[in-house]
Amino acid sequence: MFPTRMVRALRCLVLALGLLLPTAALADLEGDLDGLREKSYNAKGEAVERIVAGGDERAVPILEAFLEGNLFIADQDDRIVIGEDSDGGYRIIDALTGEALGEVGKRDVSKIKINNKLRQLVKGSLGALTLGSKDPAARIRAADAVFRSTQVEMIPALEAAIAKETDATVKARLRRALAATQLAESEDTETRVAALQVLGEFTDPEVRTLAAGVLVTDGDGNPTEADAAVRAAAEAALKSIEEGLAVASLIANIFQGISLGSVLLLAAIGLAITFGVMGVINMAHGEMVMLGAYTTFVVQELFRASFPGAFDYSLLVAVPIAFVVTGVIGIGIERGIIRWLYGRPLETLLATWGLSLILQQAVRTIFGPTNREVGNPSWMSGAWEVTGGLVLTYNRIWIILFALLVFAALMALIRRSSYGLQMRAVTQNRPMASSMGIRTGWVDAMTFGLGSGIAGMAGVALSQIDNVSPNLGQGYIIDSFMVVVFGGVGNLWGTLVGAFSLGLVNKFLEPYAGAVLAKIFILVAIILFIQKRPRGLFALRGRALES
Amino acid sequence: MILSNDRNHLLSPLGAKITLAVLLLVAVLVPLLNLSVPPGSAFHVPTYVVSLLGKYLCFAMLALSVDLIWGFCGILSLGHGAFFALGGYAMGMYLMRQIGDRGVYGNPILPDFMVFLNWKELPWYWYGFDAFPFALLMVLLVPGLLALVFGWFAFRSRVTGVYLSIITQAMTFALLLAFFRNDMGFGGNNGLTDFKDLLGFDLQDDGTRAALFVATAVMLVLAYLLCRWIIGSKVGRVLIAIRDAESRTRFLGYRVEYYKLFVFTVSAMLAGIAGALYVPQVGIINPSEFSPANSIEIVIWVAVGGRGYLHGAILGAILVNYAKTYLTGAAPDIWLFFLGGLFIAVTVLLPKGIVGSLDQLRGRLPGGFKPKAQAKVQEMPGE
Repeated sequence: MFPTRMVRALRCLVLALGLLLPTAALADLEGDLDGLREKSYNAKGEAVERIVAGGDERAVPILEAFLEGNLFIADQDDRIVIGEDSDGGYRIIDALTGEALGEVGKRDVSKIKINNKLRQLVKGSLGALTLGSKDPAARIRAADAVFRSTQVEMIPALEAAIAKETDATVKARLRRALAATQLAESEDTETRVAALQVLGEFTDPEVRTLAAGVLVTDGDGNPTEADAAVRAAAEAALKSIEEGLAVASLIANIFQGISLGSVLLLAAIGLAITFGVMGVINMAHGEMVMLGAYTTFVVQELFRASFPGAFDYSLLVAVPIAFVVTGVIGIGIERGIIRWLYGRPLETLLATWGLSLILQQAVRTIFGPTNREVGNPSWMSGAWEVTGGLVLTYNRIWIILFALLVFAALMALIRRSSYGLQMRAVTQNRPMASSMGIRTGWVDAMTFGLGSGIAGMAGVALSQIDNVSPNLGQGYIIDSFMVVVFGGVGNLWGTLVGAFSLGLVNKFLEPYAGAVLAKIFILVAIILFIQKRPRGLFALRGRALES
Repeated sequence: MILSNDRNHLLSPLGAKITLAVLLLVAVLVPLLNLSVPPGSAFHVPTYVVSLLGKYLCFAMLALSVDLIWGFCGILSLGHGAFFALGGYAMGMYLMRQIGDRGVYGNPILPDFMVFLNWKELPWYWYGFDAFPFALLMVLLVPGLLALVFGWFAFRSRVTGVYLSIITQAMTFALLLAFFRNDMGFGGNNGLTDFKDLLGFDLQDDGTRAALFVATAVMLVLAYLLCRWIIGSKVGRVLIAIRDAESRTRFLGYRVEYYKLFVFTVSAMLAGIAGALYVPQVGIINPSEFSPANSIEIVIWVAVGGRGYLHGAILGAILVNYAKTYLTGAAPDIWLFFLGGLFIAVTVLLPKGIVGSLDQLRGRLPGGFKPKAQAKVQEMPGE
């Protein structure tokens, strides 16, 4: 799928640059279509064959319209148009461009006539046209359409398509469609058993429905399928499909868990470093996430207004901007409020809580209390369909990658830079670090800014999967605390392990206990957990009596 | 923070005397002006004001319970709203059972929401709540037991400071989620409401409202005296020692966790009583009382009034809640700005709160009262 997407993106790019390739295709199709104007049915047949040979997907609706007798030549400008019945006339659109041309009377257009022989030809070639499309995604769509409609006349086209298909994904879909069609339409036991064996290879709820359909019994408990060999094959297929589906749902659960974990990691990691270095809990951390999400909204609005063509890059621009905006706000908070509460962590907690109320209300006043629309760039929308039962959405995949990237960058910063060294020194022993000449106040301000900036970047990521509202941060703050408490402070690995284990446990409990009970269970488990390890999984070891 | 000069005397600080005098005066005057003065008169206190003041006094009691642990033992609980709500639910369950067959569905046993959910039987934990003494016992026992279990786990493993605050917040958040569930059997999202009467007295009646007000004021006075008594006792001395230097106290041989557990449980019970008095006066209890934001708000009442004075908590609760009533009515958008600003201003500029700052001022005045035994204030050691 990835190469497919890249091809598509490339095409868009080519289109944007105004190169000639698609235009040339357009001209081809136009020329071939003109053949349909011929009076002779033989000439029309040749034109259909040329259109099919061109492999242009846009010919599909035109041929469909032709089949149903809805293809016309407009008298006014001699264009080939597709007409739809409206009262007393036709609503017509240009066959090539899809441009709506308004309504015309019955007499203003002349129908392109079709006979039975031609109808047969068009029917057969329609499938071949879509199945033989140059775009693999279009071929998959065509195969899936056949899979669902199971028309017996498609079997030859499918077999031909399978023979020349080179892309493995498309080939699998074609085989699935062929097997489903054979199972539904064939009379021959051997063919149907073979078809069920093919279907058994797929892990897909739709295929399961097909196989289960063979085993349906009527009201008296007698099987509706008379053929015992087919029933046995269906049972075998069903078993294999269900095993496959169980694995798929396990993988889906793991993916969901890792995805939730990476969101928690992004939200909690800033909290963990400020708590580690300064010993203060920033209750306004969730609001930094929220501000990051609103920064994304503003950046996207600017893109929509000024550079609509580059909308796909808006998120890449939003990440550094959100980092800087929330980072600067964070430094401001540290210099303006937290500095004055030095050594009073509980009061800091209260003051930052007050700040979070103010920030929430300020955003509510400026942007309104309702959700704001933040768009997905095209490279983040859609999903990677591994098999029918396992669909991984691109935005989740990107967020996992982004979280890991942020984690790695932060790790490098702390391990390799001189600022990181100073930060670690302050975390371990503040008075000693201070007496060695480290400006602890500066380290505090930078750390707070860094933590807030990461929260802002988390906000950019969250804007892609959650509602951007003034309450966005509130939803994550308690979970982030739990990550910090569970993972311990002073070691980023603790945050990583904490976030992912919380995410995974949450997602694995959900199917059994429901989302709410799962959450309650986790909260209780963490309260019990800190009995054993009051300072978290990865506690900083030291000789201090009370750290 | 000033210790009483004579620890055997419950009323030694001036503020304590003033607080008690005002509370008793209000307890007599407000019902009198409500019931005896005709509605047309300028001195008449309308019933809604009586209920509003009653609500403030419940909050004052809740603030008192927080001050007892935060001001005198250094335990910052961000989940005290949970104990308040549990006491409220216990009282609400009694009031629900008193509705009897007067509910919308007319079921003599099951409350309306259970009929609505197609429940056939009363869940076991609702048994006994038709008896008032049992409900009162539960008002004390449920929050007390939760505090005992929670505190035992937390204090035994020496969870202190911000960690404890976060964990208490997780506790109330978990309860919030649990009580939102319909199958918990506590009315889910809507909570318990539509109460009719208490001990046979109609809750809408002016007389009942005035009586509830008096009961709240009297309970507040009693709770205040109880807290003063605890603080003045030897246990109170140890608690203050724990607040100021926990490790040192432990090394001196005191079992710090038991003292903490004791005061935490007492505080939770006080909060439960406050909740039980609150519910009949506002007429509803729902899961939003468990929200972490509510619990943090309680702390700011104490901080505004002055932490570690007891009467400061009462003053702070009443002042902040009056401001809330006024601002949410006059300019709803301003309220959160105000509340947020209050959090910051009090912690940064007025760390001792109103009462503490007044005390300090009084100590500086020439010829003013100077406290003899002033404990050296060492804010939150161990951090």
